[in-house]
Amino acid sequence: MVTLDARSEPERVNTAAALPLKSSPLQRLSSALYLRPALLTFLLLTPPLLWLGVIYLGSLFTLLAHSFFGLDEFSGVMVREFTVATWAEFFGNPATWDVVTRSALMAISVTLAAALIAFPIAHYMVRYAGMRMKAVLYLGVMLPLWSSYLVRVYAWKLILAKEGIVSWFAALLHLDWLLDAVLETPVVGGPSLSTSYLGTFIVFTYIWLPFMILPVVAALERVPGSVIEASGDLGAKPGQTFRKVIFPLAFPGVVAGSIFTFSLTLGDYIIPSIIGKSVPFLGETVYRLQGTAGNIPMAAAFTVVPIVIMGIYLTLAKRLGAFDAL
Amino acid sequence: MRSNVKAGWSLKVAALGGMLFLHIPLLIIILYAFSIEEKSFVFPIPGFTTKWFAVAFEREDVRRALGLSIKVAAIATSLALVLGTLAAAAVWRSRFFGREAISLLLILPIALPGIITGIALRSAIGIAEIPFSTWTLVLGHATFCIVVVYNNVLARFRRTNRALIEASMDLGANGFQTLRYVVLPNIATALLAGGMLAFALSFDEVIVTTFTAGQQSTLPIWMLSELIRPRQRPVTNVVAVFVIAVTFVPIVLAFYLTRDTHDVAGSVK
Repeated sequence: MVTLDARSEPERVNTAAALPLKSSPLQRLSSALYLRPALLTFLLLTPPLLWLGVIYLGSLFTLLAHSFFGLDEFSGVMVREFTVATWAEFFGNPATWDVVTRSALMAISVTLAAALIAFPIAHYMVRYAGMRMKAVLYLGVMLPLWSSYLVRVYAWKLILAKEGIVSWFAALLHLDWLLDAVLETPVVGGPSLSTSYLGTFIVFTYIWLPFMILPVVAALERVPGSVIEASGDLGAKPGQTFRKVIFPLAFPGVVAGSIFTFSLTLGDYIIPSIIGKSVPFLGETVYRLQGTAGNIPMAAAFTVVPIVIMGIYLTLAKRLGAFDAL
Repeated sequence: MRSNVKAGWSLKVAALGGMLFLHIPLLIIILYAFSIEEKSFVFPIPGFTTKWFAVAFEREDVRRALGLSIKVAAIATSLALVLGTLAAAAVWRSRFFGREAISLLLILPIALPGIITGIALRSAIGIAEIPFSTWTLVLGHATFCIVVVYNNVLARFRRTNRALIEASMDLGANGFQTLRYVVLPNIATALLAGGMLAFALSFDEVIVTTFTAGQQSTLPIWMLSELIRPRQRPVTNVVAVFVIAVTFVPIVLAFYLTRDTHDVAGSVK
């Protein structure tokens, strides 16, 4: 898979060849490696590639192959013979589309909300905050990003609980009616915030928000100040400069961030099972199929969905220049 | 590029609001750990107590889960440090066919939803008939930790002057001496930062872990089971605070280790 290009460092090879070679074995080994940069690259790459190639890709392909196995109708045990029955059932079942649509819609809404919240933070951080403030903000984004996922989900269980902070706050401000009205809204509402789509949506947005902020910051950092000044000099108002210059230039950053928010929402099975309506999302469906249902072939078929969606998404993102903003 | 203009109040409010949204939930967790209320999440909390900290640390299951988490994170981080650094060195020092593919391959375990990695490893473990153990956990964790180390180390390599290495060789050092006295000191803080972030990532991981753990329980798995079927809520609150504290330290340290060099330590988690 890796064809080595020995021409990459010709001058270095020449200088090394001119050196007098000492004879200690270590010295000889090191000279031998220096004279053969291709060999050294190969040696460096072999362990990580073996690890990822065998353990990771190997497992991944094994899993995908499972979707072409079927279940024995009577015993429910997996039969290791080639069949497309699993795929036929997958496409034929209306519940499949239900799950896929629900997950995709949730992923899209979460991505949009995260972009909306992230942009002002990133914009302020890059263009207005002083050195010290910027470091504080940066750390302020990094901490939630790296701190415990479960703990942060748990925090929202406390916040959104019926007797929790949101209800208390609503009562304090005499806004109970508003909270009740929101909860009574069809589709997004539910008996309480922690058992509604709205709750699931808030928690998803919260958890993946830092993944959106960082690429947007990186993209905004790269917008040259001279371009912004030029826009002002040419008579654009700050709002116009933002809309016509800053935002289009930073857009690849938003797309880069959306790769994470979209993919992570699509595959998560823990958040909807803890906070929400207990309707199946993609991740949960896979989890249930391989766990309690024991239907590995169908679980494997379902994992293809996020892979395909992400494949399309990454191709589009690449066109929009998102990879340069990562 | 910083501007000389002052930010409008609407931008300030939006930025502040976003930051509060990110941080208030963590503060609330800390507040609840001191609550005397056992059965519900009532707010405001009816009274303060520190007794739950003592209770939590006496719990055998919590201690065992904590021990396993630390062990797995330590082994996975060590493996990731070696493999990630090797890959970074190869990508930095030469151009070769498939170089772009390497970055993609490294990033894949975290770019694809964790459940895919998890279920794939689970089915492979099943087929190979490997019994679940600490090592099956390490297998999964090291896989997604490699990229964290790789990113940090590669970023540092890219700002290391190649002439340094040539100078070292010209002055008579062999490859191994150059590695020991020139390369490693240069990337030391990047290794430390990458290692700490990898540790934090592994310590906290739950999705892949669920699939490779079998009957074992790491701290996040313990927490997950408490979230789904709560037994003693105050103990869960205390453990949550403890987890925040444990991950807080390496993150802040990693940030300070890399800030002067403009490595974006967490740009790709």
